[in-house]
Amino acid sequence: MDRSVFAIEVRGLKKSFGESPALRGIDFSVGSGECLALFGPNGAGKTTLIKVLATLSRPSNGEVYIAGLDIRKDAVKIRSRIGVISHQTFLYDNLTAYENLKFYGQMYGVAGLEERILAVTGQVGLAKRLHDRVGVFSRGMQQRLSIARAILHDPPIMLLDEPETGLDQQATAMLAALLKTLISGDRTVLMTTHNLALGLALSDRVAILHKGKIAHEGATQNTDLASFQYTYNRCTGAAS
Amino acid sequence: MNKALAILGKDVLSELRSKEIVVSILFFALLVIVVFNFAFDPGEDTVKLVAPGVLWVAFTFAGVLGLNRTFAVEKEKGCLEGLMLCPVDRAIIYWGKMAVSFIFMLAVEAVITPIFLLLFDLPLFVPELALIAVLATVGFVSVGTLFSALAASTRSRDILLPILFFPIVIPVIISAVEATQVAFDGKAFSDMVSWLGIMGAFDAVFLVVSTLVFEFVIEE
Amino acid sequence: MSKRLYNLLLAFSFVLMIAALYLIFIYAPAEKEMGDIQRIFYFHVPLAWIAFLAFAVVFVGSILYLWKRESKWDMLAQSSAEIGVVFTTLVLVTGPIWARPVWGTWWEWEPRLTSSLVLWFTYLAYLLVRSYASEESMGARFAAVLGIVGFVNVPIVYLSVNLWRTQHPPHLVNNLDGSMLLTLQVSLAAFTALYVLLMYHSVSIRKLAGRVRYLKRLMEEREG
Repeated sequence: MDRSVFAIEVRGLKKSFGESPALRGIDFSVGSGECLALFGPNGAGKTTLIKVLATLSRPSNGEVYIAGLDIRKDAVKIRSRIGVISHQTFLYDNLTAYENLKFYGQMYGVAGLEERILAVTGQVGLAKRLHDRVGVFSRGMQQRLSIARAILHDPPIMLLDEPETGLDQQATAMLAALLKTLISGDRTVLMTTHNLALGLALSDRVAILHKGKIAHEGATQNTDLASFQYTYNRCTGAAS
Repeated sequence: MNKALAILGKDVLSELRSKEIVVSILFFALLVIVVFNFAFDPGEDTVKLVAPGVLWVAFTFAGVLGLNRTFAVEKEKGCLEGLMLCPVDRAIIYWGKMAVSFIFMLAVEAVITPIFLLLFDLPLFVPELALIAVLATVGFVSVGTLFSALAASTRSRDILLPILFFPIVIPVIISAVEATQVAFDGKAFSDMVSWLGIMGAFDAVFLVVSTLVFEFVIEE
Repeated sequence: MSKRLYNLLLAFSFVLMIAALYLIFIYAPAEKEMGDIQRIFYFHVPLAWIAFLAFAVVFVGSILYLWKRESKWDMLAQSSAEIGVVFTTLVLVTGPIWARPVWGTWWEWEPRLTSSLVLWFTYLAYLLVRSYASEESMGARFAAVLGIVGFVNVPIVYLSVNLWRTQHPPHLVNNLDGSMLLTLQVSLAAFTALYVLLMYHSVSIRKLAGRVRYLKRLMEEREG
């Protein structure tokens, strides 16, 4: 199998914390440029999966390849190819937006850092607040800066872990618009979310995670919200 | 590696803004010294006997406070994970953080020591203290940074860090106190060489060991 | 371990211990200066050495656990640490019992006792850190790190404490003649056998508990 076809490839992935299994054998792949939305109730293992893919957590068993690289051998290289957006912002409160981005830019070895900082802050609409301390930003603004941080090194693959958490309706709409621009193009995106509408709007394919296993997989095209809600409830055993 | 320096720069910048770490450990060290002053009868002979101990106990206690903050700040907003996502070996995070703690502690020691010598009416010019301080501080931060990362991942991190830290650094404390005693007594440098040697060995061993096991402490 | 081998070990340890007790209390001569109280020495010293052995096992178990992540290594390390702490506690108890009649003080800052005290704190922290972690596998990982750091520190602790004490010489001097040496060696062998026996039981119980938890979880999942 040609490794370079798939941006993310997961086979037989298992992850246990001591004796409790969080992921019980996951198989899926995300093609280059594709966007996969992963749904599932709390405790299904979505965050654990993202952590494993982001090299924050080691797999207990199974194989994971990102950008054709084996996660067990080339974790450092993989990290330079992925951008992660989470409900945690990874930002330092008493530094300014500029200083935060400068720091991460140095850590990622971003060339032409100054221009790049201006470019990404422009993209997320924070150009005017560049030299304000992050501590005074609203949650929505912090999330936007966090996105800027994630795309600073222009990663081909992005992992999003419930990015809509803590945002109100307006901010979520802004987030959706922003993500749409990010996702278009060659970027590969894996996104976990609670928000079915958001996930369906942005993705090419969907999957449902339940109790550490994939319960459903399919294309997004021609899937309307209502029928997908039904599928979701059926897979997770929730009341309709 | 210059990425470790980037971490150092970021922390120094943050500290210059908030001043929370250096100022608090400075005042705490001073307080400990003053309290000891009341605990002991400040007669000439007693002072000569207890002075090195007081100085190093103050630095140890204050040091633990500072070390605690090292990773406590990273735990807010998930910044530690942010660091772990960067394309660097885990050990770089360790070295960056350790260098920061080293600088902060050494800065505090440099300020506190002259004040201490004044308060206890000891000779002010003791250049060997610089060497002792460097060796001892490297010892403290080599182990302290590792344990700070460990404790930061638990609840009750303020209690756990001293429990882990104090037993391990006892050789450093013994050596620092004895070497300082030699310095205050004005004895020959050769008298303190074995103590410096022990600290040097401790530093070398634990810099290596901590670098090797650090990744196991911060992984998830 | 098969039943047969276990019984052999049990019988062997029993015989050794009886022999050791006989040697300690009857065979060995009373020491010239200290008298009969000196016989504590034959407990005190082997206990200290076996504690050191226990912590060496913790060291090896910790490395293997971090490397292979198999819970059996963690069980080995934890059991050995518990036994090591118990033995160290006994060292710290027999020390004062010996010291009081001989030197008139309950405690002496002499190298062996002082080092044992430091080890006691170190490995208590090893046992304690598990309860501070938010979940078990994290606790095991942290404990393993401590198991490595603590043991690497042992030679440095001994070095610094010994050097420290040569500045302030202790009272302790051990002169051993032939029969005393034999007694010490047999006592050491007896306590080593005791250690192995205790380890076997401790690890077995841990394994059983792990199996029970596993089966419980299987049951819960079937019902859920």
